Amino acid sequence: MTPLQLIFLVIALATITSAVMVVSSPKLVHAALWLIVTLACVAALFVVLEAGFLAMVQVAVYIGAIAILIIFAAMLTRRVMADTGGSANRSWWAAVFASVLLFVSLLALMSQVPTWATATSAPLALGAEPLLEDLGQSLVDVNRYVIPFEVASVLLLAALVGAIVVARPTAKRSAEAEE
Amino acid sequence: MQPELLTWLIPLPPLLAFGLIVLWAYRSNRLSHGLAVGAMTVSWAMAMAVFVIALGRQHLGETPIASAIDWIPTGATALRIGVLIDPLSAVTLFFVAWTCLAIFVYSIGYHNFGKPRDDHDRPGLPPHAGGIEPMYARFFAFISLFAFGMLTLVVSDNLLLLFIGWEIMGLCSYLLIGFWYGKEAAKQAMVKAFMTTRVGDVFMLLGLAALYSVTGTLNYRDILYNEGVLHTLATTSSGILGLSWSGLIGLLLFLGTVGKSAQFPLHVWLPDAMEGPTPVSAMIHAATMVSAGVYLAVRFFPLLTAGWHEGEALTLPMTIVAAVGAFTALFSATIAVAQNDVKRVLAYSTISQLGYMVAAVGIGAYVAAAFHLITHAFFKALLFLGSGSVIHGMEHGVHATHAHLDAQDMLNMGGLRRRMPLTFVTFLIGGLALSGFPLITAGFWSKDEILAHAFGTGQLIVFGVLALAALLTAFYTMRQITLTFLGAPRTPAASQAHESVTTMTAPLVVLAIFAVAAGWIGIPEDFLGLHLPFGNWFHAFVGGTLLEHPPALPFQWSPLLTSVAVASLGLLVGWWVYRRVPAGGPDPLVRALGPIHTLLRRKYYIDELYDVAIVRPAYWLADQVSYRWIDRGLIDGFLHAVARVALRIGSGLRQGFDLPIVNGFGDLVGNSVKFGGRALRYVQTGRIQGYLVIGLLFTGLLLSYFLLIRP
Amino acid sequence: MIPLSWYLGLSAAVFCIGLYGVLGRRNAVAILMGIELMLNAVNINLVAFWRYISPALVAGQAFAIIIFAVAASEAAVGLALIISIYRSRSTVAAEDIDLMKW
Repeated sequence: MTPLQLIFLVIALATITSAVMVVSSPKLVHAALWLIVTLACVAALFVVLEAGFLAMVQVAVYIGAIAILIIFAAMLTRRVMADTGGSANRSWWAAVFASVLLFVSLLALMSQVPTWATATSAPLALGAEPLLEDLGQSLVDVNRYVIPFEVASVLLLAALVGAIVVARPTAKRSAEAEE
Repeated sequence: MQPELLTWLIPLPPLLAFGLIVLWAYRSNRLSHGLAVGAMTVSWAMAMAVFVIALGRQHLGETPIASAIDWIPTGATALRIGVLIDPLSAVTLFFVAWTCLAIFVYSIGYHNFGKPRDDHDRPGLPPHAGGIEPMYARFFAFISLFAFGMLTLVVSDNLLLLFIGWEIMGLCSYLLIGFWYGKEAAKQAMVKAFMTTRVGDVFMLLGLAALYSVTGTLNYRDILYNEGVLHTLATTSSGILGLSWSGLIGLLLFLGTVGKSAQFPLHVWLPDAMEGPTPVSAMIHAATMVSAGVYLAVRFFPLLTAGWHEGEALTLPMTIVAAVGAFTALFSATIAVAQNDVKRVLAYSTISQLGYMVAAVGIGAYVAAAFHLITHAFFKALLFLGSGSVIHGMEHGVHATHAHLDAQDMLNMGGLRRRMPLTFVTFLIGGLALSGFPLITAGFWSKDEILAHAFGTGQLIVFGVLALAALLTAFYTMRQITLTFLGAPRTPAASQAHESVTTMTAPLVVLAIFAVAAGWIGIPEDFLGLHLPFGNWFHAFVGGTLLEHPPALPFQWSPLLTSVAVASLGLLVGWWVYRRVPAGGPDPLVRALGPIHTLLRRKYYIDELYDVAIVRPAYWLADQVSYRWIDRGLIDGFLHAVARVALRIGSGLRQGFDLPIVNGFGDLVGNSVKFGGRALRYVQTGRIQGYLVIGLLFTGLLLSYFLLIRP
Repeated sequence: MIPLSWYLGLSAAVFCIGLYGVLGRRNAVAILMGIELMLNAVNINLVAFWRYISPALVAGQAFAIIIFAVAASEAAVGLALIISIYRSRSTVAAEDIDLMKW
């Protein structure tokens, strides 16, 4: 086994372990922290896949924004959960079953395409910088991916506005809060 | 104007008057009688014009005033109707016009026009105490329609149009006999009249149908003035009772006459018909309707006597006719002797005189029958109108004395010649005419001619019977005059009677003139063996109606002497027996005849016999068979059964199919959805994660299906 | 070299773990974390495919970037909703929010 494979295995193991910890921690904040670890491992995977920019974006957006947001939410809704029940819901066995089934199916599907099992990565034609530049160009090129880019930005705007509207306190509450 | 057009127009004015009165003029009594009398006058004038023109024509019998139009299309040809004025219909038209006009005028006074309406009078009952008739306009409407019917009958040129007029008169006689429908007796009489004449009419219609089917036409000229047709009818056997077609059809038509002219055995309606107002009795039962029956018989004389020639023995149909006529003449004369109601006597007298005419037709005395028809119309109408005047006078007397007695009973009258002189004189003239008073009355000439013909052709039985009937006629006529006018008043009411108004007495005078003078047109040429300078105009004129001009029989003394003798004897005995009947006293004849008198007074119990033998069974048939068995039992029973079956089926379908299957299916669908929903609702737990799991599951299933089973 | 199937297998595993997190956890925020895991697994898949099948075509990375944006917006809105629910119902257990049931 090559060193690259070994590195991959280590990262994969870390990813899976932290993912399992995310979904099984009874305490929410612990789960959030484990999520951060998982996200970091995924970023490492991106590096191995020679998508360095994506790794940076992963760290910045996911860990730096989303995970923080989740921690905020966990903090804000904290009061009740500490007392009651376990972390899993009543039909957790169905969830386990579904997951296992899906995993097995996916593996079966993957085995249908033998080329994937043996594919190796060809060396990149371009260097890192030209690749990045090309990525940037593609996102604003009229003939390429400008539309998804713009739509995504609108989506973000909508999400922004929507989140504010949904989560803002109601008039009564604000009146009570002011008193 | 052409006589043909005038003839068409003659029946129309009374019809118009009828329509106008019924629809509009009935509100005004004056306008109603004005229309009616005016219309009748117009018809009378046109009839006189046509008559005069007809007189002027040479050989009217061969070239009559005739006009016809197509009426009912029957395939390639059409049934034609039209008018015909030959000598017979000309003289008939003459007397019909005069008598109808006289009666129309008389009705004005009879129904007390000008007198105020009495508050106690009700429509449907005769007015008492001299008030105006409450249904005044209605009366004039009816008699106008009646006049229309009669005039149509007279001017018609075919049997169908005659039948139409015949039936219109039947209807009007029904309406007019029952004019005072509040009286029970009137209601019964109107039905009796209609039913009885209907019996005759049915046979007449059979005869009409037979005639049409055998000859293909109903026109008088085509049948009766046609040697070939008559010969064929006379020689072809009809297969019924061994009669030839002419005999059968003649007898069937004669049965119509029997009904309409009240011959035995269908005579029962005429005396009861006296319930109607007196102008009705005069019009219908003297002048017109009953005359129509005889007119038919006289008109169809060629058919009845087809195959017979003067001097031969009578054929079977002729014998039957003569027998019926002669019998009826004697039969009803005997009944008249025992009647006390002034109008009843005249009714039976009418039946008797019609019997004379029918007998005359039967023995082949064509001209004599027509002659007696005309003279009888005049003096009988005169007698009836006179009796109406008498009754009016008596009713005034009854009212004045506040008595409660029958104003029409002759035993309550007496001495009226002083109180009602004009009525007396005219009535006397009429009575003498009826009795056949020699020389100065019309009745003498016509009756004598019949007797002479009977004697002259060797029909001695008929001669004897008719002579006996003449004796009785004179007797009861003088009885009537004596009881009514002569002697002293038998009741205070009679002594308070007064003469009638001019509208009533003027027609009496006019008719009296005719009753005297009408006979002189038919004086035989060789009367009393003399050679009179003028010929028998009537014989020449009316005889021209037939194909063969009937020969005039030579004068013979025996019949003349017989008729004078019986007339004189009858008149004398009648006066002598009744000249001194005291007030409240019985009829002298009652003691003399004893039980026979009762038999006569009760009309030989024929009404009772008919009631038991015909009327009651008919009622039973109608009630039991038609109503109960057939109508309620069969028809209603069938309907009820159908209803029950339908109900069963319907209820069965409902219970068996509709409720369980149709309703059940609907309910099943609804219920199954409800129960299914109730069962399945628990799937909706509200928990999102559960939904997601299920969604995932199904997605997996779908994907595996599309990827593995059907790649 | 690392075969593609290893990456795919890894991504499948993370995806299924994330699926368990979505379907089996009580807390709504934990469900959201599971969703984030799933999205990440998809990203891994995408980038792996880009790298091994068509490295010249930069669409793989572009797609991954779009997914980032989508994930972020979805997490924001989702958490806002959770907070709003928590305010009115005082609970964040997903199975307690079951009003729309039989």
